[in-house]
Amino acid sequence: MSKPKVAFYWCASCGGCEEAVVDLAEEILQVVEAVEIAFWPVALDFKREDVERLADGELVATFINGAIRTSEQAEMAHLLRAKSQILIAFGSCSHTGGVPGLANLYDREEILRYVYEEAPSVINPQRVRPEERIEVDEGMLTLPSFWGAVQTLDQTVEVDYYLPGCPPPVGLIRSALQALLSGNLPPKGSVLAPDVALCAECPRKPTKPERLALKELKRPHQVLIDPETCLLAQGLLCLGPATRSGCGAACITGNMPCTGCLGPTSRVLDGGAKALSAVASILDATGEAEIERILEGIPDPVGLFYRYSLPASLLYRRVGNGERAREGRSS
Amino acid sequence: MRAHEIYPNGGPRIGVYVCHCGFNIAGKVNVREVVEFAKTLPFVVVAREYKFMCSDPGQEMIREDVREHRLDRVVVAACSPSLHEATFRRALEQAGQNPFFFQMVNIREHVSWVTEDPREATEKAKALVAAAVRRVIFHEPLQRRRVPVKDRVLVVGGGIAGIHAALTLADAGKHVYLVEREPTIGGHMAMFDKTFPTLDCAACILTPKMSQVAAHPNITLWTYSEVIQVEGFVGNFRVRVRRKPRYVIEELCVGCLQCIDACVYKDARFPDEFNLGLGKRKPIYIPFPQATPRVVLIDPETCIWFKTGKCKQTCLEACERAAIDFKQQERIEEIEVGAIILATGFKTFDARRIPEYGYGKYPNVYTALEVERLVNASGPTGGEVRLRDGRIPKRVGIIHCVGSRDERFNRYCSRVCCMYSLKLAHLIKERTGAEVYNFYIDMRTPGKGYEEFYDRLLQEGVHFIRGRVAEVTDWAITPDEEGKLIIRVEDTLVGAVRRIPVDMVVLAVGLEPQPDADEVRRMFNISCSKEGFFLERHPKLAPVSTFTDGIFLAGACQGPKDIPDSVAQAGAAAAEALALIDKGFVELEPNTAYIVEALCSGCKTCIGLCPYNAISFDEARMIAVINEALCKGCGTCVAACPSGAARQHLFEDAQIFQEIEGVLAYV
Repeated sequence: MSKPKVAFYWCASCGGCEEAVVDLAEEILQVVEAVEIAFWPVALDFKREDVERLADGELVATFINGAIRTSEQAEMAHLLRAKSQILIAFGSCSHTGGVPGLANLYDREEILRYVYEEAPSVINPQRVRPEERIEVDEGMLTLPSFWGAVQTLDQTVEVDYYLPGCPPPVGLIRSALQALLSGNLPPKGSVLAPDVALCAECPRKPTKPERLALKELKRPHQVLIDPETCLLAQGLLCLGPATRSGCGAACITGNMPCTGCLGPTSRVLDGGAKALSAVASILDATGEAEIERILEGIPDPVGLFYRYSLPASLLYRRVGNGERAREGRSS
Repeated sequence: MRAHEIYPNGGPRIGVYVCHCGFNIAGKVNVREVVEFAKTLPFVVVAREYKFMCSDPGQEMIREDVREHRLDRVVVAACSPSLHEATFRRALEQAGQNPFFFQMVNIREHVSWVTEDPREATEKAKALVAAAVRRVIFHEPLQRRRVPVKDRVLVVGGGIAGIHAALTLADAGKHVYLVEREPTIGGHMAMFDKTFPTLDCAACILTPKMSQVAAHPNITLWTYSEVIQVEGFVGNFRVRVRRKPRYVIEELCVGCLQCIDACVYKDARFPDEFNLGLGKRKPIYIPFPQATPRVVLIDPETCIWFKTGKCKQTCLEACERAAIDFKQQERIEEIEVGAIILATGFKTFDARRIPEYGYGKYPNVYTALEVERLVNASGPTGGEVRLRDGRIPKRVGIIHCVGSRDERFNRYCSRVCCMYSLKLAHLIKERTGAEVYNFYIDMRTPGKGYEEFYDRLLQEGVHFIRGRVAEVTDWAITPDEEGKLIIRVEDTLVGAVRRIPVDMVVLAVGLEPQPDADEVRRMFNISCSKEGFFLERHPKLAPVSTFTDGIFLAGACQGPKDIPDSVAQAGAAAAEALALIDKGFVELEPNTAYIVEALCSGCKTCIGLCPYNAISFDEARMIAVINEALCKGCGTCVAACPSGAARQHLFEDAQIFQEIEGVLAYV
């Protein structure tokens, strides 16, 4: 009997998710033993044709990391979807948009202008920009089109499961693979992580006071962080209360606040808004001036509350320059 | 989740009832069209209209349908739920259905009364009905909870309102704790000589009530005491009261006052608070002869023993009952009560805030309250109106609306100043024969016998000048102004600026909330109006209730009022409290919040937010726990819970989202 086939692919991402797979260390050998890797361009030499040759549904499972920003990424997502029985959005970018999703604060033109003209490291007096099609002597050259906004994987194709995290914690990857191999899978659409917030497994939980009344918000570089005490109690904005557990409080163990990469629990419609309202409720301010003063501790609210989730949020993207949300995918 | 997912076989059976409310709704909304539309909505078995759905035949129509059509969900589109939600829930209950399988749509206040165009109004009503139908599918059966109530009442404040409320309840056989901050009860009324418009002697009508309070077997009177903590909820409040040390054992002191005579200070030399500093007292004193309880107290700020530790303690020797105790400590009492009446009163406007009237600068400018003490027979001058230099004034000016009806301070009318100014004008004229001038903006005398009293003053020859006084000055221009205070005013009836020289100026200061009203309101969990007075639940129909069940208001803490109104309100508050505790139990609405234990991460975000202290942290399980008996269903924790583990009956996410989608789907 042939081994079940699986595939790994990356879209708009940093490569960290691929590292996370490798972080399985020697356990990856068990995985390789149990499955046949049919497509993993970042690690092994595969071509698109290798996927196209597969029959529909021939792949038992495909793990796609990265958000969807270009037409090529969307094409690959559709192709892999068709070939896979189970499609898993792997990591924050494909789950909720991730850090690349913060590009939705800018429109397509602003991004291209900055990257090809205004960035300090760019010298481009002719203002040359990449074109989707260009005629050269050898013939027509094409590039994928750069969409007007970043999308999550499930805004592009149907997704069966989500493995959250930036990158997904090894423990969650391991149990997801076990579930997959044993066929013991939760209902379709599930996020393969505990549905309780991070405080539940935080080692500092006993040090959190019952009533927080913060007069000032601090950022990690501004203070010496006590390694034992609840970070919120120290005035540092830790998103643990609004974020799924499953990472073993990795950042907090490293003395840094949770930034929310595992996303909200299943009951929360918009994680950033929820986190924002929870933070608002622990501030001790009387009067607008004091609120303003405290909020100076949050210089980049979208970057804080929607660091991994802007495309998946109710906000989705900034609306401006006559472009409407979910329009302007290609020029 | 969609309805068909939870109801694969058949699904709920919904009845929709659209009310005409006479012409209130039917005059704008096409009720027939709404009914026909409702019939097309999923799971709607029957849809009907009626002239007055809240009437008996209307309710009977619903009850009959519930029985006949086996309805298990009902939507009524009519007026505001605050008016008739209870009515229709009861109808469901009577028909044998759980009363919470019900949703009300407000197509009167939200639609027919506010939407101009009949077409738009009809469409809006349809959208709201569609939303309610989708929502009610997701309703769950809920049970009201009955909680027994404590049979005792706390009255905070021992002015005339608090006294009257306490006596009313005590006479009805209920035990009352009356807590007063000052060393004696009596409040502002005890400072007055006469009361308007009948010129009843204030002491003659008040002091009997004060001694009744002290003697009443059902009243525990704690003066010189303050409420410091309130926990719990309607029927079951736990209150902590701080009893400040008087350095005199209340149970032993009989008020013989020999200690005062024996004090090492031979003369009274410290400003007397009760007389607003116009008189003097010793460090050991009684606020006034009829003070209740008649117990002396020692002021540690002025007593030599407390200041230096060296005193012959002649007071101690003089006391035959060994009632003086220099080592007395404050005591904290804990009580449990079913209802609370707040009667914390008011403070008068600080006249120094209007420097142009010269209070604090010119010695002969007085506040009305000071003059109340001067005209009082038991006051510092024995009832003689004398200036600070002992002269008897020949000309007196009373300036109305000081701090009231003034954009700079308080926009409201303090209601009592016109009348007390007339009373003081009468008394001053009676005692001194002086010419008395009233400077008023408008005379406000709406009350039984009040306008008649004004007429009487006009006939007595008191002068009335209409206009807001610009300033009080001692800068004389003419020789007959020398040595006098000159009131500069535009007489708006004459149309000229006038200068009226007088010997004495009386400032009719307005009524303001107590300076600590905001802290008190927080402690008792009630609201304030924007002026800072405690807010009643409804200005017309619930004038002594607050938004916190079981807490009632009496007297000027709710807004400026005179003695008759304060007493009437105190009686009403006592009746409300009595109705509550006499029933023996309270029914609590089931719209409470709850925490899904398996989903709670124990982040504690909710705990500090609960305005009712209903949430605690279970250290053993490391999760938050809501005491449903304390929960009022405000939803704060539900909104704040960062992981969606806190939820609320009747406000489940599914219900709310279905409602929103229902509106949007139709629009």
